[in-house]
Amino acid sequence: MKHLRSIDELGHDGVVRLLELTRHMVEINARPVPKVPALRGKTVVSLFFEDSTRTRLSFETAAKRLSADTMTFSVSTSSVNKGESLRDTIETISDMGVDAFVVRHKSTGTPWQISEWTNASVVNAGDGWHQHPTQALVDCFTVRQALGVERFDGLTLTIVGDIKHSRVARSNISAFSMLGANVVLVAPPTLLPPDVAHWPVTVSHRLDDVLARTDMLYMLRLQSERMSQGHVPSLREYGETFGLDAARVAKLPSTAVIMHPGPMNRGVEMLVDPSALPNSLIHQQVANGVAVRMAVLFDLLAGESSTAHLATVAS
Amino acid sequence: MTSAERIVLQGGRVVDSRGERVADIAVQGGVVVEVGEQLTSGRTIDASGCVVAPGFVDLHAHLREPGKEEAETIETGSRAGAKGGYTALVAMPNTDPPQDSVAVIDFVREQGKRAGLVEVVPSGCITLGRQGETLAPMAELAAAGVRIFTDDGNGVQDELLMRRAMEYAKGLGVTLAQHCEVATLTKGAVMNECQCCTSLGLPGWPSIAEELMVFRDIELARLTGARVHFLHLSTARSVELVRAAKRDGLPITAEVTPHHLSLDETRLTTFNTVFKVNPPLRSLADIAALRAGIVDGTIDALATDHAPHPRRDKELTLDQAPPGMLGLETALGVALGVLDVSLTQLVRIMSIHPAQIAGIADRHGRDIEPGAPANLVVFDPNAKWQVEPETLASKSRNTPYVGMTLRGKVRHTIFNGDITVLNGEAQR
Repeated sequence: MKHLRSIDELGHDGVVRLLELTRHMVEINARPVPKVPALRGKTVVSLFFEDSTRTRLSFETAAKRLSADTMTFSVSTSSVNKGESLRDTIETISDMGVDAFVVRHKSTGTPWQISEWTNASVVNAGDGWHQHPTQALVDCFTVRQALGVERFDGLTLTIVGDIKHSRVARSNISAFSMLGANVVLVAPPTLLPPDVAHWPVTVSHRLDDVLARTDMLYMLRLQSERMSQGHVPSLREYGETFGLDAARVAKLPSTAVIMHPGPMNRGVEMLVDPSALPNSLIHQQVANGVAVRMAVLFDLLAGESSTAHLATVAS
Repeated sequence: MTSAERIVLQGGRVVDSRGERVADIAVQGGVVVEVGEQLTSGRTIDASGCVVAPGFVDLHAHLREPGKEEAETIETGSRAGAKGGYTALVAMPNTDPPQDSVAVIDFVREQGKRAGLVEVVPSGCITLGRQGETLAPMAELAAAGVRIFTDDGNGVQDELLMRRAMEYAKGLGVTLAQHCEVATLTKGAVMNECQCCTSLGLPGWPSIAEELMVFRDIELARLTGARVHFLHLSTARSVELVRAAKRDGLPITAEVTPHHLSLDETRLTTFNTVFKVNPPLRSLADIAALRAGIVDGTIDALATDHAPHPRRDKELTLDQAPPGMLGLETALGVALGVLDVSLTQLVRIMSIHPAQIAGIADRHGRDIEPGAPANLVVFDPNAKWQVEPETLASKSRNTPYVGMTLRGKVRHTIFNGDITVLNGEAQR
């Protein structure tokens, strides 16, 4: 694998391979000294054109635990502010000798454009509303771990909220479906993309109707600008119709789990304190984020000898 | 500058509004002097196996001068046009400064004359600065020779202002050309609203943004009696609306581009900004409807919307890159490849009709007969060629047909009796 840009490019076998590799990384992270020399001499650049807390930090932590060197590109202090084009920026950094770019950009397709301009690997850390493949891997790994399953056949995974503007939703719909889940989307029609009929999902506009048959409830963040754009009349009304409150938690089966990619909008989509919920996996999602990103960087950069290499890592 | 030399085009299939025949054509002093068999004396040019037709007229070319000479100049755009078989280009007014004053109109026309490769026909803005707020000095511009007005790139959003523009245009006997796009429906839009944009997470550009304005302007034309031309229609429903309007006898004309006839929305799945265009590439069903509109005469003209952009602008992200693609040098090859029409119909949509719509039918798109101005194209409808960006005459390289093989190549172009293109090579 040269790049990780979308779940569809990765495919079913790639998803499963990376989830298996993540198990080894979880084991490394549990050691007293959670660091291995697997990527010594490799250089990973974080190129974040958009704000991020957990994704950027977990990629950087992942790179360091594998002993890669890291560079962080900060848009606010870079030549981008002097009008340097994206291509020139990429070519300049590539010239320094870089093995992987971890890219987040508000524009769909940027990782594909960048991979035309560099020989390094490109990892998509979120492009526009399009894809966020490592988040989907984190979420699949977390569901596997929590529900004790490898595949999701027979499970109903319900994604609630702003599907239209969500790269997390697009990646997760692909990944959950690949592993056999029944994916249910819950949103008002204004927050669904124009043509969901071709997606392998069922759609509901009423959250209360689907809770009882949900095995995992995935709450998406609602950005406040959706109100000014007329997608919802008010955040209050959104919270009332699509937010998770105690009454709705009570309607879930007792075995169901709750996830959120963060950052949460408390008081909008989250009307309960998730840390008070025994079935919330939100902390596990963050914890698994480092291991998944270690698996991704290892898979991309350890090269042909990666299987042999893995033996040394896992031992 | 008109050459006194007698030129004889030998053995071509002559195609004009009267149909097809094999004949030699003699040109001298800027006009056709003789049409017949076995014409001799003078410089002979072999046209056997080729079609000889009135030179093409493009209703929709962005020549970028003044203001964006990095992308194209009137000279380089004229050369691209001549190589594409054009003898007249209607220059779009979204220049900097825009074509909303006599000074800029005169400048554009004069630069065209200086280049001497095609007739550059400046269009005028409908509103000052294409801002959609105040009418441009349309009477002054009409007095300076402008026959077609448009705010291309922007549709005139305000209904009252558009009504006034139509009423005013009717008094002047000029045509208004509308870029149909209701701006509030396309804010931030990148590609057609469809299955693809759903998966790619790209803001969708709904068909209805175009169709609402087509409908509005048809009804305003019904009210005012003004002549309205629709630029670059892209949807099946737009074609239907125009078809119905024509059935009602309204003075409506419409054009489509070669790219909307040949490329569909799925091209954007590669995130290649060369395929970003306004209006966006649409669905296969839309493409079929546009082609059918040409076959049944609903669509009057093929227009390129030739829109050069420098490399650095197309290397931006998909949402930031400017829309537009080159068209002048590939239009014929694309049209012959995708349209199931007779050569006569092809000449109608590429020369005769656009010349009428642009108000230049006295000198372009005319039947080939003694006394007609010698604006002619000679093309081989069967010659295959591969599109190589580096060989294009345009200053920019943003052709969506890179590496594709097209059928139909311009051999010679004669403008005002002068050979501007000979054996595919521009002569100046």
